[in-house]
Amino acid sequence: MTSSPPPFAKVLIANRGEIACRIIRTCRRLGVRTVAVFSDADEGSLHTLMADDAVLIGGARAAESYLNIAAIIDAARKTGCEAIHPGYGFLSENANFAEACDAAGICFIGPSAATIRSMSYKGAARQIAESCGVPLLPGYDGDEQDEAFLATEAERIGWPIIIKAVAGGGGKGMRRVDAPAQFPRNLAAARREAQSAFGNDQVLLEKFLVEPRHIEVQILADSHGKVVSLFERDCSIQRKHQKVIEESPAPGMPEDMRAEMISAAVRLASQVGYEGVGTVEFVADVSAGLRVDRFYFLEMNTRLQVEHPVTEMITGLDLVEWQLRVAAGEAIPFDREGITRTGHALEVRLCAEDPSKMFLPSPGELTRFDLGSEVCGLRIETGLRQGDKVTPYYDSLLAKLVVHAASRDEAIRTLGDRLQIIQVEGLKSNRLLLQRICDHPDFTAGGVSTTFIERNAEVLLAPEASAPAAT
Amino acid sequence: MSLKLIHSPIKALVWKVEVEAGQPIEEYDPLIILESMKTEIPVDSSLSGIVREVLVKEGDSVEENQPLVSIEAAL
Repeated sequence: MTSSPPPFAKVLIANRGEIACRIIRTCRRLGVRTVAVFSDADEGSLHTLMADDAVLIGGARAAESYLNIAAIIDAARKTGCEAIHPGYGFLSENANFAEACDAAGICFIGPSAATIRSMSYKGAARQIAESCGVPLLPGYDGDEQDEAFLATEAERIGWPIIIKAVAGGGGKGMRRVDAPAQFPRNLAAARREAQSAFGNDQVLLEKFLVEPRHIEVQILADSHGKVVSLFERDCSIQRKHQKVIEESPAPGMPEDMRAEMISAAVRLASQVGYEGVGTVEFVADVSAGLRVDRFYFLEMNTRLQVEHPVTEMITGLDLVEWQLRVAAGEAIPFDREGITRTGHALEVRLCAEDPSKMFLPSPGELTRFDLGSEVCGLRIETGLRQGDKVTPYYDSLLAKLVVHAASRDEAIRTLGDRLQIIQVEGLKSNRLLLQRICDHPDFTAGGVSTTFIERNAEVLLAPEASAPAAT
Repeated sequence: MSLKLIHSPIKALVWKVEVEAGQPIEEYDPLIILESMKTEIPVDSSLSGIVREVLVKEGDSVEENQPLVSIEAAL
């Protein structure tokens, strides 16, 4: 495909599982040698076998291994790596890690430490977004933290509101408040959670959208000031604030709204001098349908997203390749206009969890794990094989199935057919939930909100035994 | 005097121990917070009484149904 020289000679992948395997595949295609790292719990796992070299970096707990900055930098030095790809999660949005790479003379494949830091504080991110005309939900993101003052601000914003930890993430320190009487108690709880999780109890207030859609824009930027958007992804199918299915294009999105959302994302990325791939997340108020004047900035993720293959399927670009190329200083040779979007893509996250028990995690041994083979228009991303143990130490993602077809209906059909025949045994998985979603008339009609799973819990989450037999 | 064991609902890691031996507790008080696959799973007391013994420590890995805490039921 490409005749240009490899962007790097050797790269260390500071991650595990499916994303490490996926990064290694692109490196191999580009002629870049790879070094995997692994914890005691991951000895012999697929990513360590796929890489050219593998280094043990510590104990099973993430803090001892995949979050161990010193051990990872040391492994990169000893193996002569020029660059480190952080994947997603773990150290991917850790500004201290980006700085440690710089200090060691190793290229961190991602944006600068300063950019990571500016986007990791929700209050600061809101203020930057506001400065470049990106629409925000009504809210308060200032330093005044007095309870009576915040209560007045909440009244001004209008109930319901959400309290968020400014240093937060992953839903911690987040509290929805529907009425003034509940405010003091929830403020106190949010501050406690924020202090214990992030060592910082400052909060911000935002209007709470009861029934939003979650739509995000993929950005790619180089070190020469060029920012290209790679369209949107609709990630509204969620459970407990975790994405379950992502797709592009967003069903029913008007062209003027798409253009304005993309423009807002590009402005924000340009404003912070963004480099690499990143995602600007928005929520859309759909009480009057998707409208150009009803979407609002949520946050910017300064890394590769789990759901990036959706964008790759509709654009034909390899986002990991472009991460490597722009990190090596190459200029992006195309413009947004030069990228053709074709068809419709969807991704589902197959996870080790029990949907009938409030999504309780379900570690165990994969006594049977057969996802079928990849075919044209169906991509499978996994770091696991039959017989592997899925431990409690890391996240519950078993695999991602990504489909691409000419139409959304056809893509959903392909996905549903595959979900019906795949076999996952030895632990509980959400396979049946995913299959039921693909069969649900509201989902197939398109355009459901983030409350879809809970609203349809009775149909979607019933245990397998009591469900009608598959035909 | 009846002693009751509180068991782990799943295979997980012990993230936080919220009580110590001798401590009086109410029904629904948090005893242990487990962690599995980046999810916190709180284990609350199913009765009021006194904590007799904490059988695990932070960082331990526990199996499904493994006893975590023994509690002397309040009369």
